[in-house]
Amino acid sequence: MAYDKFNIITSTAVPLPIENVDTDQLIPARFLKATERVGFGDNLFRDWRYNPDNTPKKDFVLNNPVYSGKILVGGKNFGSGSSREHAAWAVYDYGFRCVVSSFFADIFRNNCLNVGVLPVQVSAEFAEKIFTAVIGDPKTEIEVNLPAQSITILSTGDTEKFDISPYKKDNMINGFDDIDYLQSIKGEIEEFAANLPL
Amino acid sequence: MSKTLFDKVWDTHVVRKIQDGPDVLFIDRHLIHEVTSPVAFLGLKSRGIRVLYPERTFATADHNTPTINQHLPVADPLSANQLDALESNSNEYGISYWGLGHQKNGIVHVVGPEYGITQPGATIVCGDSHTSTHGAFGAIAFGIGTSEVEMVLATQCIMQPKPKKMRININGKLGFGVTPKDVALYIISKLTTSGATGYFVEYAGDVFENMTMEGRMTVCNLSIEMGARGGMIAPDETTIAYVKGREFTPKGEAWDRALAYYKTLKTDADAIFDKELTFSASDIEPMITYGTNPGMGMGISHDIPDAADVEGGAATYEKSLNYMGFHEGDSMLGKPVDFVFVGSCTNGRIEDFRAFTSLVKGKHKADNVTAWLVPGSHIVEAQIKEEGLLDILTEAGFTLRQPGCSACLAMNDDKVPAGKYAVSTSNRNFEGRQGPGARTMLASPLVAAAAAVTGVVTDPRTLIEELV
Repeated sequence: MAYDKFNIITSTAVPLPIENVDTDQLIPARFLKATERVGFGDNLFRDWRYNPDNTPKKDFVLNNPVYSGKILVGGKNFGSGSSREHAAWAVYDYGFRCVVSSFFADIFRNNCLNVGVLPVQVSAEFAEKIFTAVIGDPKTEIEVNLPAQSITILSTGDTEKFDISPYKKDNMINGFDDIDYLQSIKGEIEEFAANLPL
Repeated sequence: MSKTLFDKVWDTHVVRKIQDGPDVLFIDRHLIHEVTSPVAFLGLKSRGIRVLYPERTFATADHNTPTINQHLPVADPLSANQLDALESNSNEYGISYWGLGHQKNGIVHVVGPEYGITQPGATIVCGDSHTSTHGAFGAIAFGIGTSEVEMVLATQCIMQPKPKKMRININGKLGFGVTPKDVALYIISKLTTSGATGYFVEYAGDVFENMTMEGRMTVCNLSIEMGARGGMIAPDETTIAYVKGREFTPKGEAWDRALAYYKTLKTDADAIFDKELTFSASDIEPMITYGTNPGMGMGISHDIPDAADVEGGAATYEKSLNYMGFHEGDSMLGKPVDFVFVGSCTNGRIEDFRAFTSLVKGKHKADNVTAWLVPGSHIVEAQIKEEGLLDILTEAGFTLRQPGCSACLAMNDDKVPAGKYAVSTSNRNFEGRQGPGARTMLASPLVAAAAAVTGVVTDPRTLIEELV
């Protein structure tokens, strides 16, 4: 599915310094019943964000008006659990284009890359610097530069490089997805299939 | 060059390597269910492309389905709509569809092996993280997202960087009352939920060699809970005896060729792993979780550790114990239990019901416990009846429900109410996993049985006299 191209994003950030944020928190299973990809942002972090009577929980960061932006900064082992791409859809649909963490779960990271959310893995020290800067001053801007593979806290000048495969980087900058590529080598796939051991 | 089992299967399926990018990996068999497939089919439609090899994809309905009165229309309109979408998409694209009421319907990771869709040396994917289950047969099997489901439907390939390789060795004899579930929960408690992220795991050693296929599936199923994309066990005579003759297993000359291939599927003696871990079977006891991720587990006779002794942030640990209503230093024994769930792709197979029944035989369900016994498939359900287990269960005050994922993720009506405690044989104890506010303790079918008859967390070794 098409997503907005990603180049450089400069934005304030939302801090969520909790470890092991799992996909059941990102989007609880009872909200996975849609047959179209619409409206998932409303249920992002549903049970942390709302009380059972659907009133907002005032102490949750998404309900704190001082924090906003296109960048979500999470604790270690972000996105563990289920393979539900709905978790990445919810992040994108809510308005985040980038998730920063010192460690990501594999499937969630893959899903993000496939739906236009850039997962930026930073060192534990740098993650702490971002939390300190953003919690200290919620107006702190972070620059995520995909072409340069760098993330910078603009107020302090602290910066760090991040990894991404050149293939995926090119896809995100151009808004391509893997099916475009796979479709282009279909003949090769069919020939391969004809010669499998089983 | 020497290769691991994982290398052999992976390399055999690489269509093309992209420089500085992922491998294009051919997928032999693709399983789909109602929750993670509808948007993939929408994608195909919007691009105007067909399913390249519909005979390689199999559809079953499991996540949303009710576990009672399956002959009636599904009451929840959203669930019914998703089930209808799976049926119409399967029909439109020529995919085998095993819907509610179909004899082959059941949990995707239970029916796949039962019908021989799962084969050694195959690549198998599904839009479900517990696809790692099928690694028990020496297959490379892992969960994928919906974009990747669309890729597999369209091209029978996905694009994946090759993971690193880890081997976990456990030798020795498992103690009295220690089951494959306990082995897996023990490993996860040692590695944490992120300890194997980035790796594909091979389980080796006589503990795994001596397990049945059901036991191996339980272990491989839980690989994802330590962060690994998947886990696998080299096929042996136990594996071959299981797969032979099943509906989708190769037959005749094709079987002879398959057998020759299966026999190549083992790690070479001098192959190198990126990481190798060894544990001792004698250190493992019946396990239970006390927190809100599967890594927060311990031997059932231990006390809940102090935050200072646990890897990770103290604030996160405290949040987790608060959610559970537990405290550092608490014993788990004697904790109240409101619900017991036996089932799921982790422990919904015949061996699990045999273990549960062996303990409850001659005893009675505790009055304060609501028990949900949910077989993984109609085959399991039939076996429970044929082996006489149902009679014993009925005598002990239990009833049997119909197959499905059920309370593992509470997408249907099988929800644990807020604040209530469940001992569950499933795979995740995340906040709200079994219903908003539900508190889950993961454990084996034996520990679940001990809780079901006593109404509190109980060490099953105090209730059974002989090995099961």
